[in-house]
Amino acid sequence: MPVKKPKTKKKSTNKKFVPNIVAFACNWCSYAGADTAGVNRIQHSPNFRIIRTMCSGRVTPAFILKALKLGADGVLVSGCHFGDCHYIFGNYKAVDQFEKTKELVKTLGLDEKRIRLEWISAAEGPRWAQVINEFTEQITALGPSPLNHKPKFNK
Amino acid sequence: MMENVAEKIKKSSAFYCLECGKCTSVCPISRFNNSYSPRRMVAEGLFYGGNELISDNLLWSCLTCQLCSQRCPVDVRYSEYMRDIRAEAYSQGKWGNPSHGGTFHYIMDMLSSPNLKQSRTGWINDNLKVKTKGEVLYFVGCLPYYENYFAKDFDFSPISIAQDTVKILNYLGIEPVVMDNERCCGHDLYWLGQLRQFDELGQINLKEIEQTGAKTVVTACPECALVLKKLYPERFGSVNFKVKHIAEVVAENIGKLKFNTIDMEVTFQDPCRLGRHMGIYQQPREAMLSIPGIKFLEMPHNKQGAICCGTTNWMNCDTTSKQIQNSRLIEAKDTGANTLVTACPKCQIHFRCAECGEETEKVGIKLTDFVNLVASALTG
Repeated sequence: MPVKKPKTKKKSTNKKFVPNIVAFACNWCSYAGADTAGVNRIQHSPNFRIIRTMCSGRVTPAFILKALKLGADGVLVSGCHFGDCHYIFGNYKAVDQFEKTKELVKTLGLDEKRIRLEWISAAEGPRWAQVINEFTEQITALGPSPLNHKPKFNK
Repeated sequence: MMENVAEKIKKSSAFYCLECGKCTSVCPISRFNNSYSPRRMVAEGLFYGGNELISDNLLWSCLTCQLCSQRCPVDVRYSEYMRDIRAEAYSQGKWGNPSHGGTFHYIMDMLSSPNLKQSRTGWINDNLKVKTKGEVLYFVGCLPYYENYFAKDFDFSPISIAQDTVKILNYLGIEPVVMDNERCCGHDLYWLGQLRQFDELGQINLKEIEQTGAKTVVTACPECALVLKKLYPERFGSVNFKVKHIAEVVAENIGKLKFNTIDMEVTFQDPCRLGRHMGIYQQPREAMLSIPGIKFLEMPHNKQGAICCGTTNWMNCDTTSKQIQNSRLIEAKDTGANTLVTACPKCQIHFRCAECGEETEKVGIKLTDFVNLVASALTG
């Protein structure tokens, strides 16, 4: 009887890149939209961490840059559609802030595709899932962020 | 911790404090905020070991403008004392209120990552001649980031300072090197006591500068000039290049620059880093006076006694800062000048912010950078 060689687990050296995405979702539309996606059991990629803000207008360049600095590969900002904002003009502010951030991110030498602004209402569960899937694909194609070798945030 | 603070007090010679209170009487923050007092800050460190001081939010308010050190009879180096106490506080996880949500601090931190490949030279247009290797280097500093952040809010383009600096250097027949991978000089991190990040940035910058083979580094930002001239040698030993602020370059080459006549009544805001930190007072004045048609008016607080623009290190900007800025603008306006010239991009950003804010009344004086003024007067 041939002696069976003990099976050893082979460590795979080329791990598949799994992106870390931070999603800022506004309390009134997008967070509820994500909830709708969950309640409707729509399958979508799980590699995002959602952060609830009261309004997309609250998401200043500092928020996005901090996320990138801490090693996020992509940052999604999501709010209500124009005209639907709970604070009337919050999402117009979000656009201004986001444009600024885009310029800063470009100057920093990161791809501007790493950050994305989307409008998702509370009823648009499928759209939330679609945006997350699309964005995950986009970030996976871009590869890891040049900053994510520093996982620890020291202050 | 007590020993740490005692060590720091010793280093900045705060033990010599006579408690005369001259620092507090001259401090621009104390003028508007009664609860802030440099004298009390020193006394707290001396008598109580700095325990309360470390968790005090006012610790981060100091402008490190060195107006107090100028007046101190026993030469207590208050800004160094502040820096060291802040370093201790920072190591315990304490932090002030950064302005703009800390955007610039995050940018500085991100820039200390060696893997980053910035694209920051988009402002170089066809009229400007720059090289990648050579004798003279132009250190741009954070201007591309300020352009991204402030150009839309204010009627002013920070990057035009960089463009005009290269224009002046080209006029003098110098083709400066502009580095593609230049990092933040780390000035703000140094004064906020984040010395580890400062060292990381410094090492990258010094390596980059060495690779270009530059013998002279020119900069249009007093903070970069201070860091490259004094703080890098202090932290890393001697450096093998000379550092000049653009005002020094212009003052040295007055004969070579041909100016058009421009009718202007100007006054000058001495940036703290250029003035009190580096002792450059005369050069920008000489340079401006060499432009025909310029009438130079001096503010009551000038040169060694100049008052800071109200915020430093993007930290603890509050109503006190706005009041300092407003009073300084009124002082400038009262000289009869129609333009306030400053040699520091940050001074101009802060003054413009005070002008568009709602806390204080609008003064209505034109603001321009020293470099923009000189470049606009050049012939040809």
